[in-house]
Amino acid sequence: MTKEQIRAAVLEIIAQIIPDEDLSNLKGDVPIREQVELDSMDFLDIIMELRKRYGIEVPESEYMQLATLDGSVAYLEPRMRNL
Amino acid sequence: MDYDVLIIGAGMSGLAAGIRLAYYGKRVCIVERHHRVGGLNSFYSLGGHRFDVGLHAMTNYVSKGAKSTPLPKLLRQLKLKAEDFALCPQRMSVIRFPDKTLRFNNDFDFFVEDVVDNFPRQTDNFLNLLKTVSEYDELNLYIKPVSARQVMSSILSDPLLIDMILCPLMFYGNAQENDMEFGQLVVMFKSIFCEGFARPQAGARQILDVLVRKYKACGGEFKMRCAVTSLKCVNGKVESILLENGEVLTADSILSSAGYVETMRLLADYDSASFKHDVGKISCMESIMVLDKEIAKMGYDITITFYNNSDRFNYRQPDKLVDVSSGVVCCPNNFQFTDPLPEGMIRITNLANFELWNKLSGDEYRAQKAAWLEAALREVVKFVPDFRDSIIFADVFTPKTIHRFTGHINGAVYGTPNKIKTGKTHLDNLFICGTDQGFLGIVGAMLSGISMANLHFLQKT
Repeated sequence: MTKEQIRAAVLEIIAQIIPDEDLSNLKGDVPIREQVELDSMDFLDIIMELRKRYGIEVPESEYMQLATLDGSVAYLEPRMRNL
Repeated sequence: MDYDVLIIGAGMSGLAAGIRLAYYGKRVCIVERHHRVGGLNSFYSLGGHRFDVGLHAMTNYVSKGAKSTPLPKLLRQLKLKAEDFALCPQRMSVIRFPDKTLRFNNDFDFFVEDVVDNFPRQTDNFLNLLKTVSEYDELNLYIKPVSARQVMSSILSDPLLIDMILCPLMFYGNAQENDMEFGQLVVMFKSIFCEGFARPQAGARQILDVLVRKYKACGGEFKMRCAVTSLKCVNGKVESILLENGEVLTADSILSSAGYVETMRLLADYDSASFKHDVGKISCMESIMVLDKEIAKMGYDITITFYNNSDRFNYRQPDKLVDVSSGVVCCPNNFQFTDPLPEGMIRITNLANFELWNKLSGDEYRAQKAAWLEAALREVVKFVPDFRDSIIFADVFTPKTIHRFTGHINGAVYGTPNKIKTGKTHLDNLFICGTDQGFLGIVGAMLSGISMANLHFLQKT
């Protein structure tokens, strides 16, 4: 997957978890939780969906690297490049 | 291993935990001793009428669009839509004490105004209490418990107002006698006063059907009519689970909603002499009556009536079979239904004593049930129009019944007063959810299952 595809995949996961939120203006470099109503339980679901859909295991100590959209893409790119 | 996680009990918490785990690919099985799901929040039919076991109202009601309160959070976590629960909001509820009545509905400002109108000299103090409540972090699992009565008396100077606020909060979710943990008070205060009451259109069935369907769709398994006989432990872990039918199961982890002490008693090496943990004593008698007409036709449109006829509100195990001096009257018809309920119905809850009920059997037990129903009705018609001539069917259950159906020691509806908020036990792979973990009520129970599933099985991989 390309970086753009990965970004789209992450956004799709977030949209499924919080369907009522408008994600069209989500900034890439600001923590997602500061921009939309997403609590720690919802955040956990992003991690869980990545595992469920793409088989990616994110250890608890690395959760913070997925705090922003840009961070998520950078973290996932080497792991999703060959999908 | 047969399963990743084995869940004991198909109540609201076990089902919610099961959905989370099964949805994310865990091999899950829920074992339930009864043929029907729901535990304390189940349902039954008798004499051609359909009844809920425990449901009066669901708390935490917020209208569609609210996001950060418990109900929308749990819907998101379970991948359900608000419509799935078909919640119908209450009309108005009241707290009736000898000289005062407080009213509240699902609009919090209405309640605040009513308190200020009735207790004008407590206005500033009450606003202070609201500030303390809103600033308290009730979701922190590691916070030190403090006494709600102590905190409230340091803020409010009128003991009557303290009692009146505590009355509904205790009746709908307090395991402790006479006092309440302040964090628990905050949870209940927000869920009842700040948020509100609603009833699923089809009662407990509505919620349970949705949960069961979702759990099965995610691949979760059930073993119904399968009581757990014992848990065999080796090297600080549960190694296998023995069922009543002789079957032996293995699972990486166990999540039990059977109650903390109740779960410990299942351990094959349980030693009652060395194990100490408080058991709950709060139990009740529930009287459910079918009427030949809705109570609203008699001019009463209040949804829930919390009452107390004594000088002080006593929330404790009574020293007689039942204490009818305080209680809760629920009028299930008085929610704003899209389709009206098929029958007129009234439910009354009174505190009751397990040990005394448990000693009775046969004719004596039945006679006492009839006598105490009459006593409860005599008390209740002081507040509610006298509906006694309209009763066409009545069913009464006691602490003994609750014990039989939930397995809770003493028939304690709210479990132990000493909650295990982290859900951890002394065994590495045995965890607690539900009543004894500490979130109470239907919404609380589901949140308990969700948060324990997240914390112990999904977050840590």
